[in-house]
Order: sequence, then C-alpha cells, then structure tokens
Amino acid sequence: MATRIVMSKLSPTMEEGRILQWLKKEGDPVESGEVVLEVETDKANMEVEAMGSGVLKRILVPEDATVPTGTLLGVVAAEDEDISAILAEAEAVATGISVGRADAKPGTVPPSGAIPGVAAAPHPATPLEPAAVPPPHDGGRIKASPLARRMAEERGIALRLVRGTGPAGRIIKRDIEAAATTGTPAFGEVGTELGPEPPYERVELSQLRKAIARNLVQSLGPVPHFFLTAEIDMGRVLELRAELNKSLQDTGLKIGVNEILLKTAAQALLEHPDMNVAFAGDHIRRFTRVDIGIAVAIDDGLITPVLRDVAAKGLRQISVESRELIARAREKKLAPEEYQGATFTISNLGMYDIDEFTAVINPPAATILAVGATQEKPVVVNGTIEIRSRMRVTLSCDHRAVDGAMGAEFLATLKRMLENPLRLVL
Amino acid sequence: MAVITYREALNQALREEMRRDPDVFLVGEEVGAYQGAYKISQGLLEEFGEWRVRDVPIAELGFTGLGVGAAMVGLRPVIEFMTWSFALLAVDGIVNAAAKLRYMSGGQFKIPITFRGPSGAANQLAATHSQALDAWYAHIPGLKVVAPATARDAKGLLKTAIRDDDPVVFLEGELLYATKDDVPEDESFLIPLGASDIKRSGNDVTIVAHSRPLHTALKAAEILQEQHGISAEVIDPRTLRPMDIDTILESVGKTNRCVIVEEGWPVCGIGAQIVDDIQREAFDELDAPILRVTGADTPQPYARNLEQIALPQADHIITAARRVCYQE
Amino acid sequence: MATRTTESDELLGLARDQLVEMLRWMILGRRFEEKTAEMYQVGEIGGFCHLYIGQEAVAVGAITALRPDDYVITAYRDHVHALVRRMDPNAIMAELLGRVGGGSKGKGGSMHLFDRSNNFLGGHAIVGGHLPIAIGVGYAIRYRDSDAVCVCFLGDSVANIGAFNESLNMAALFRLPVVFVIENNQYGMGTAVHRAAAIRNLADRACAYDGMQGWTIDGMDVLEVRKAVEVAVERARTHKLPSLIEANCYRFVGHSMSDPNYGHYRTKEEVRRYKLEEDPIKRFIETLKKHSMIGEGDLTRIEHEVKAIVDGSVESAKQSPLPQPEDLYSDIYAGGYADVQRRDPWR
Repeated sequence: MATRIVMSKLSPTMEEGRILQWLKKEGDPVESGEVVLEVETDKANMEVEAMGSGVLKRILVPEDATVPTGTLLGVVAAEDEDISAILAEAEAVATGISVGRADAKPGTVPPSGAIPGVAAAPHPATPLEPAAVPPPHDGGRIKASPLARRMAEERGIALRLVRGTGPAGRIIKRDIEAAATTGTPAFGEVGTELGPEPPYERVELSQLRKAIARNLVQSLGPVPHFFLTAEIDMGRVLELRAELNKSLQDTGLKIGVNEILLKTAAQALLEHPDMNVAFAGDHIRRFTRVDIGIAVAIDDGLITPVLRDVAAKGLRQISVESRELIARAREKKLAPEEYQGATFTISNLGMYDIDEFTAVINPPAATILAVGATQEKPVVVNGTIEIRSRMRVTLSCDHRAVDGAMGAEFLATLKRMLENPLRLVL
Repeated sequence: MAVITYREALNQALREEMRRDPDVFLVGEEVGAYQGAYKISQGLLEEFGEWRVRDVPIAELGFTGLGVGAAMVGLRPVIEFMTWSFALLAVDGIVNAAAKLRYMSGGQFKIPITFRGPSGAANQLAATHSQALDAWYAHIPGLKVVAPATARDAKGLLKTAIRDDDPVVFLEGELLYATKDDVPEDESFLIPLGASDIKRSGNDVTIVAHSRPLHTALKAAEILQEQHGISAEVIDPRTLRPMDIDTILESVGKTNRCVIVEEGWPVCGIGAQIVDDIQREAFDELDAPILRVTGADTPQPYARNLEQIALPQADHIITAARRVCYQE
Repeated sequence: MATRTTESDELLGLARDQLVEMLRWMILGRRFEEKTAEMYQVGEIGGFCHLYIGQEAVAVGAITALRPDDYVITAYRDHVHALVRRMDPNAIMAELLGRVGGGSKGKGGSMHLFDRSNNFLGGHAIVGGHLPIAIGVGYAIRYRDSDAVCVCFLGDSVANIGAFNESLNMAALFRLPVVFVIENNQYGMGTAVHRAAAIRNLADRACAYDGMQGWTIDGMDVLEVRKAVEVAVERARTHKLPSLIEANCYRFVGHSMSDPNYGHYRTKEEVRRYKLEEDPIKRFIETLKKHSMIGEGDLTRIEHEVKAIVDGSVESAKQSPLPQPEDLYSDIYAGGYADVQRRDPWR
C-alpha cells in the first residue's frame, strides 16, 4: 500500500520546513520506520521516517527547497504500484514551493500570516529544475557579505549553518541576527501560540544572565552537538577517596570525587589530545595544555572557573586550587581570565540527585562533560547481581571538531581510569 | 543669514574676496561688459575696473595660461569658463601647467588660481554642452576639485578656493544657479575644502551625492522613508579632491550599505573612487555591494525624454537603495 | 611690412667688460652643453635632453639685454637660458642628474628648469604651452604698474600652434610688455620651417596684431640679437607694446640626445657649413678681435674659468644626494598631501 511522506508539523511554531537531504533516491527500497530524509524546521534538523515499506517511488520536493507543513514530499509504494491518484491529489493542493528562499521578499516585517517566499509559487510542485536550486552550504563556497562574515565570527556562528536570504543565497546581516536568536524563539512568538499568558512576575535580567543567554544561544543552534553517555563504576574511586582522606586527616585537606574527576579527565585528555580542542572557523585549535572549566552554580546563574594545567598538578594541589576558585566564584570575585579559556569543562549536577543530563557546550570550547549523581544500583557482574556505585556521564561534543569515535574512545579511557583509579596516584 | 540664489552667493563670494585682496582678479568671456554669461559677475566691472574684471577673446587656452602666468608671479586669478565644456580647449593649461608647476619647480612656485564655471547637465544642450567632467580633474594630483550643491556651500567654498594657494577646479551646477538657500552674509564665512557635509541623517543606507544629484538624492531619501521604511543618510562630499572619506566611512559603518550618485559617466567615475575607498577601509562593514547611480554611459542626447533617462533620477536611487537593503 | 633687417657691424656702444661677459656666457653655454652630452652618454642623465649648441647667440644676446627684475620664460631647450639668467650651474647640473641639489630637487629634469630668485620662469615642455603663461606674466606686470618686461623664447614650430595666435592677440589687445623671441633653428624637430609654416618670415605674423612689431634677424650674431631685443624691450617697458623677433639660427646637434646630429631631414654638408661659417662664438670672437677687444690670453682665461665652472657643476651634482622616497609626495599641495597613506600605501 502506498504511503505518503509529508512535511509534518514538528513543532507548535513550525509553518514551513526545508529539505536538507534525501537519504534515499527514487527506486531505493525503504523499510517502514527507516529514515528517508532530513528536514530543517524552525527549531532543529529532524529525521523523517517512512511510514510504510516498499520503494521510494517519487521524490516531489528537491533538496534545499522550503515548503509549508502538510506538503507531500514523496511517496513510498510497491515497485509496480500505481500512485497517480496520490500525485494528482498533491497537484490539486497546488502547494507553493520556494527554493532556497532566493526570491524571498524581505521587507522589514513580513505581513502577518504570509510566509516569505512561499506565497508566490512560480513553479508547480513538480518538476523542479535543479539549476533553480542554489548550491547547498554543505558543498560549495559560502556566499556572505563581509559584514555578515565579521558578525558570524564575533558571535561564533558557523556560516555553513546559516541560511542566506540575500541574492543567490548570500548570507547577510539579518540572517546572522536571525541565527543568533533561533536557539531560543522570542517569548512573544511562543505566547501567541499559547493563547492568554499565565500570570507571571517580571524578573529583570542580570548582566550575567544576559551574558549567559547571549553566549549559549550561539551554542546549540550553530554548534552541531552530539552526545555520548557512559555509566562508570565508582566503587574504587570512593574507596580511594576514603583512603586518601584518612591519610590527610591531620592536614585539614579533603579530596572529593570532583577533584578525582578533574585529575582523571586531564589524564584522559593527555591520552586523547584530539579531544582537547576548539573549532576556530578555518582551523582547529589543539591545545597543548589541559585547562578545565568547572561549572559552578551561583545565585543568578552559573560560571565556570578554570583550573589551569590540571594534568601537571597532583590531587592535593587540584583540591586546594579548585576549592579556592569555586569559593571565589560563588562570591563573584573571579577575574575574567579566571573563567575564560577552558579547553574542557565539567558540569556536575550529582549533588542535585540528577541521574544524568546533557550539557550545552560553551563556545568556543568543543566539549563539556555532564556528570550525574553516583548511585547505588543493581548491576550484573560476572553473572550475578551486585549492588554497585554507578555514575552516569554524558559528553557533549562539537561535531565540527570532534567525531563520534574519538569521543567514544575518550570516554572509554575516562571510564577505565575511574574504574582503576590507583594509577592516578602515580 | 539671507535667502539668496546660488548665483548671488557666487557673486557675493567674488565681490567679498576682490574687496579683501587686491591681488584677486576675474578673467573670462563676457565677465565684464556683458555682466557674465550666467550673471555671476554682475556689477563687478563697475566696482573693480577692467584690469580686475577682464573680458577676454574666445581663447580658452590663452586666457587659462594668462591666469597661470599671473599666478606664477603672485596674483590670485579667478578664471571663468563660460562652461566647463569649453575648458576642454584649455586642459593643457589646467593639467600640464597649473597642476604641476609647483612640483616641477621643486616647490619654487605656488599657483593660487581658481578655475570656475558651470558644469554638468543642462536643459537640452546635448552632447557638447551637457556633461560632468568632474572625474577628469579629480584624477590629477596638484588640483583641488570642488562641486557645491547649495548656495551656502557655493559661497563658503568659493571664498576658500580663492584664498587657497593651490589651483582649484570649481564646478558650479549649471542648473543650480537659480536655487535658493540660507547664506551667511558674514564676510568671514568660509567652508574648508575637504569636508563632507551630512545633508540628511539616516540609519539604513548611505547615499553619497554631490552637485545637482544631491538634490535628487534628497528627494529619493524622502520617498525611501515614506514609502519603503528605509532611513537614508545623504552625504555631500562637496570637495572631490581632497575628499573627506572619513565622514562617508563613518556613515557606512553605521548603515552597512552605500549608494553613490553622480551625473558623470560610470567608467572611472567619482563614485568608482569612493567605492575603492570604502571597500579598502570598511570591507567588513558592508552588508551589500555598493551600487552606483550615474549618468548613462552615452553622450548626452538632445530629446527631452532621452535626456531625462540619461540622467540619474530619484527612481534610480530608490531602486538602488532598496536593492542594497535587500528590498528588491 | 612690419619687419626690417638690422645690420650689426658696430659694438652697440657696449663696454669691453660687457662684451667679454657676453662671450663668456656663450662659451659657458657651449661647454656646459658639451659636458651635458657627455653625462648623458655615460648614463648620468636620462629622459629627453635637448642641447643648445649652435644657438648660444640668441639666449645670450637677449638675456644680457634684461634687468634683474625682468622675466624670462622658455621651452624645453632651456639649459643655457637658465645659465645666462644666472641660475646656479651646480643646481642645473644637479637637476639634470636628478639630485636633490637640483633647482627642482630632482623632480623636474632637463625640460623643467626653474629659478624663481632670478625670475626664470621655466623650462616648459609642451610646445606652445608657455606662451599663454608669458602673457599672464605680462598681465601681472601691467596689473601692478611695474615697468618690468617678460621675454618669451619659443621655437619656430610654435608659430603654427593655436596658442601662438591666442597669446599674441591678447598681448597686443591688452598691450602687454612681452617680447616674443622665435629661435628659428630651421627645423621643428625634423620638419623644415617651410614645410610647416605658410609664410616666409615668421616675424611677419606680427602684422596680424595692431601695435606689435616684428623683426627677422641674424640669430647667429649675438650683437644683432642684443640690439633687436633692446629695441623690443624698450617698446615694452615704455610703451607697453609687444614685439615678435625671429632670430634665424642653427643647432649643430640633433633635436635631442636621442637624435643624430644630422639625420634624414638635413645633410651632413649643411651642418658642416653652419659650423664652419656661422658658429656664433667664432663670429663673435672675430668681431671682438677685429675691434681689438680681446686677445688669445683672454680666450684662454675664459676657457679656463668656464671649464672650472662646468667641471665643478658635475662634481657638485654628483655629491648631491638622490631624492628620498618621501620627496615623491612633497611639493604637490601647499598644505601637504593627505591621502597618500590610505590610497597609496606601497611606497
């Protein structure tokens, strides 16, 4: 039985979507549930799955085209099946297609209800001349105005991920401004969808809150994240900690799991220098020193004091210095150079009893490790169930600088080290 | 302040400077007995006599050199061309002599001379009498080139040009002579050479225009604001050499977009130089290519309708401004 | 007929010192140009370089007739006019060598010599371009009610250019104290005068302008030139009337250093005959000897003095430094040149 592939409404605010990539071509066999294409919505890039099996009989909307939700994108059917009825129906709907928004009419604000570039449909839904499609950004040279290039660099926005609305897809000032805010749609936009607003109290933004907002919206949107999670047995770390603290009793010093994590991460980064990096537009910076940021929650936000050259320091020094940094962070007494320039970051929400979470990379860093609570849970060990102390960590990586296997290997090393922590003392 | 015409402003400037400095004298065709072909020199012969208001035969090369020679030995001649189109017969005197004598003599001679007269398009005078050769003169090291668009600027700049120790090419708008403006009567009123003037403030696009097209640009700016929501900043460089590029750069830094208007031809025009300056010094400020609105790349036609098409129109400027704002 | 030919077998009532001084200028001019040719041939001088050898009687006869407050302006064959107008020979040679010690700091070269302190107004390289300037100087003289005079030298080919008519017309119209001296060396570059001008005597063109007088004279006779220019200067100084003198002369060398001494346009025999029979220096020495004004000892002394000046000029010029790169941008505008750094950052 033939099944339609449609531009679904994937978010409450979504009115149109753009075909990023067809993963199948016409005639390819398709299994039900198999991903056949990727679309870009106003929020994210989504995968679209086939609802039935057969072959991809027809592709009706080419890559890079933007169409309203509800538009028929393709048809999956048996190889010999007649789909003319479906095609005729689609034609009758006569949905407009805009290609790459090259013909978008910008104006200051588009008239309400109208979707820029969609109202005028110069072509029928099929067929589209490939020549009319501007080159997608994943192949050719990116066209951007000099100003847009500068703004993108200043804001850490990857031009490759910005859709240009200027002539021939040129990325211009307004596109960068739009890209800088797509991570968090303006509240008003959402409000109109939600109907009457619930009562609220207006809380003015502190400068810090503004800075966080400004910086982090440049993260998830422009920075292509991927996430890796591992569960680590912390039993021996806890034993080690107890031993160490016993021996340090008379000094007043204490070693915590956090410090052990810092030391371990630094050691693991030494073994995986390709993870100690930042993406810098036309090159990757591979840092030759491990400086780890420690996410610290403070009254009206968070801040990440940076412990320098962690790999060169012993647990004792790490403990003294990190506790001092964190204390001053809470008092908001850090100098800018003390919270900038981490090559790796650890965010630990274990104290809040969070099992696991994903953290947003703080550009220009390429990685951040989200650490959950260490919890006792039943684990199968050598065929028997044992109660073990387990901790779940999730590593967020900037895919521009780091690949999945690299991240996985790093995480494996980190796990191995934490499960055999005595080496750290060496 | 008094509201007077561009023509009267020039007359005032000449009269004031001739009264102030006995070395200043005026030479040109019909400047004396006829009272000036465009009446710029009205009444000057009566006040200053024939040695200071000298009617000359139709001999542009001859009386241009006459001025250069007098300047070499210390006088401050003002040479009037009945139109700048006739000065084509005198280019050797302007370019090879006036502009270069200081340099060729190792600085021994200064040439404090002002060459002035009507320039640019005029009503149906056709190809030989209707042209803007601003870029020709602005090309020459050793010359200064001034092109005022308003009566106020005309007076302040002509007085400065006459007092300047270098040869100044002073291009008056032939169709601007009757335009009116508030002009200071104070004899010490001067406008320095090399200072742009922001004639209208705006945020979305910088429009650069001098001489008569300035008025076209201002009209376009009104329409852009009212009908297209585009706020245009209009800058008049006033002096084409030396040109105050900094004011233009500052504006482009604000608006990120620029349209340059001139009556002259497009190839190697004044605007081409401004484009060069902007792309070199404000490359990262640009959000769109700089567009130029120029006279058509043709000799000026006679027929009224063709003539209109050939000149920069407000519509052209509006279209260009909308295009750099990505509205087109 | 506005022209007449003067005879000059007397010494114009000049004192012996004055006569010897004139001879000395002529010999200095000759030796200076010979040295210039040598410096050109060894590559010390570049560009266009036009020598005056053979025509010395014109510049010397005319310029020695002037007062210090008079003005002299000429075309591009200007070295000897500058010398006789008392421009420092060291400054001339330094200019030819492109040194900062040159009159124009090395930025003018052979064709653009200027000496403001001696009212020597150049040195103009565009044929005909300086005639309008000359009448401007005349205009300024009248404007200031001065009794100075401007002498404007021009080549024979200039009589055919539009600026000639424009300038002579206005000189006559406004009664300007300008003496136009045509140095008719028989060829405008390689074009014989009769092939370019539809008139036998160029001086006859004076009749086209009321109040102007013209003479065609023997330009190889320094005393005849002097006498004619004295008359013309007096007309200008006293009566504010311009004159046109055509001094027939001959250059013994090529049009410029890149031109052979004789080419297809004139014969070797013609050049040799002028050198043998018409050399203005030889003729003047003969005249002076005939009147017992000089002896061989005087000539030896003059040659000795002149050699010292010429050699000294080369020595001095060679010691003068080359212009500095920053000199490129000086002397263009009164207040300096503001846009250099931004528009021309490579120098």
